[in-house]
Amino acid sequence: MTQMPDREKFPVHTGGVENFDLESGRYMKVWQGPQHPGVTGNMALELVTSGDEIVDLKTHVGYLHRGFEKLMERRKWIQNFPLVCRICVPEPDFNEYLYAAATEELAGIEIPERAVWIRTLNLEMARLTSFLMWLGGQAGAFGMGTIGQWTVTMRDFMLDLFEELTGGRIYHMYIVPGGVRGDVPQGWFSHVLTTLKNVEKVLDDIELVLFNNAVFKKRAVGLGVITPDMVDYYGITGPNARASGVARDIRKDRSYLIYDKLDFDIITGISIGVDSDIFGRTRLRAAEMRQSISLIRQMIDKMPEGPVHVSPPNVLHWKIPAGETYLSAECTRGEYGYYIVSDGSDKPRRVYVRGPSYTHAVALFEHMAPGTNIADTAGLMVSLHTYPPEIER
Amino acid sequence: MVDLKALRAEMDKRYKVIEISEQRTDLAFLECDKIDVPDAVAYLRDHEGYVHLSFITCVDRLEDEQFEIVYMLRNHEKKHDLGVKTKIDRKNPVMDSMHNHWAAVATYQRELREMFGIEFPGSPGVNRPFALESWAGPPPMRRDFDTRKYSEETYFPRPGRETHDPAEHMKKTQYPGRADL
Repeated sequence: MTQMPDREKFPVHTGGVENFDLESGRYMKVWQGPQHPGVTGNMALELVTSGDEIVDLKTHVGYLHRGFEKLMERRKWIQNFPLVCRICVPEPDFNEYLYAAATEELAGIEIPERAVWIRTLNLEMARLTSFLMWLGGQAGAFGMGTIGQWTVTMRDFMLDLFEELTGGRIYHMYIVPGGVRGDVPQGWFSHVLTTLKNVEKVLDDIELVLFNNAVFKKRAVGLGVITPDMVDYYGITGPNARASGVARDIRKDRSYLIYDKLDFDIITGISIGVDSDIFGRTRLRAAEMRQSISLIRQMIDKMPEGPVHVSPPNVLHWKIPAGETYLSAECTRGEYGYYIVSDGSDKPRRVYVRGPSYTHAVALFEHMAPGTNIADTAGLMVSLHTYPPEIER
Repeated sequence: MVDLKALRAEMDKRYKVIEISEQRTDLAFLECDKIDVPDAVAYLRDHEGYVHLSFITCVDRLEDEQFEIVYMLRNHEKKHDLGVKTKIDRKNPVMDSMHNHWAAVATYQRELREMFGIEFPGSPGVNRPFALESWAGPPPMRRDFDTRKYSEETYFPRPGRETHDPAEHMKKTQYPGRADL
């Protein structure tokens, strides 16, 4: 049965302010977060509950605000490059790629073919790594901590690969303007293939344990439904939109990098036969992890030879011609984008980072939470795959 | 592919379009009069297929005494991004609210009010703080807000700490004796 909030019975909102009479004894205000194991990152949820049912939710951000966009206006183009990856901790590579690609577009730099391939490989590995962490969180939110331990172990093996390739485990600072920072180490591809095999094996186990678990099925099926007509109004992108049957994937739509040379189809809720509830979104993301593994294997098979970097001009005096551009990429959560304005000086005029969590965690989550049980808040929030740092930047 | 000339002709019939420029084949920018923007965006959404709002942001044009507000829209069918831009007076920054167009607009407007001090009358919850609770200073994303000055006045430096200009420091430590840098 689908759980949808019965909005008629809730008090009216006027001008964004709720009219709850907290004195009446019918409602209670509960803060979930900013320090709470059920909240992804540092974010607080201000809940108004009636019994154990949520009647109102407000998302509070600001616990992580480090003013990245302001910092970037005061730093030279190349000084921003080690800064951007900090905006999203679990998958920094999308920030690196978008910043590098946008500056290259404005400066008119063409990068070598092998660099484009390695970039794509790097992004798909980041996708798999981030999904591994997410899958553990989703299972953990419904009380299955063991799966979290398996996935975090596998994520660590993936981080080992990143360390071998880039020298860094979490922040790689690998995709530089002009290409990538260095070529692939000898024997690295075979290490990747071995790790992928192990990840696949664990994925089989997880699918067996998670998707046949009675508790998970009872709690996740029918909870947090996203209907296709919500997609445009709420600006939903990525797996959250695809689970509802809307076939939109920037990897196909914009075919940036080398995605047009790889063999893959957009996975939607319809194509794998699931509903757009938490259970369906988990199935869909598990399918996308397998798709990512297949893409990495294809890229290793077809990887061309050649240089991996062209030198930009002296980066200490690098001035980028005036102009503006917006580049977007499909990250694990949806549309990740960089809007960069240059005024011809050695520093960017404005950098705006578009993170998919901005709509998912605020407008969409505030709409979806009323009517659900307070115990399901964590699971619902994780199923939208929100990362607070990209909301406040 | 989007025929920008045809789009401009359609828009010209209804609104005052100042400029339309193409950045890539899948990205264009359209500049409109401030008063036309809410209607133009609604027209683009309902009749031209730009159904997805990617973001709303603002660029501070301090030297022109203007704020430039950018609404980035996407047409999924034609695979095209369109940035609708408008300029508003920096001394009296008021913009029409578009919170009925998309659900996320109210959040973007709340952030713009906090970071740039742009007023959006009628936008729900626009006066609630977004990321900066109990911030009393000027809107921090404005160009004339000097972060260095603010931190020097507010915080005390640790004794013994020195700061280098990166260009000078690199010249001294990495490339000593290179006159061409």
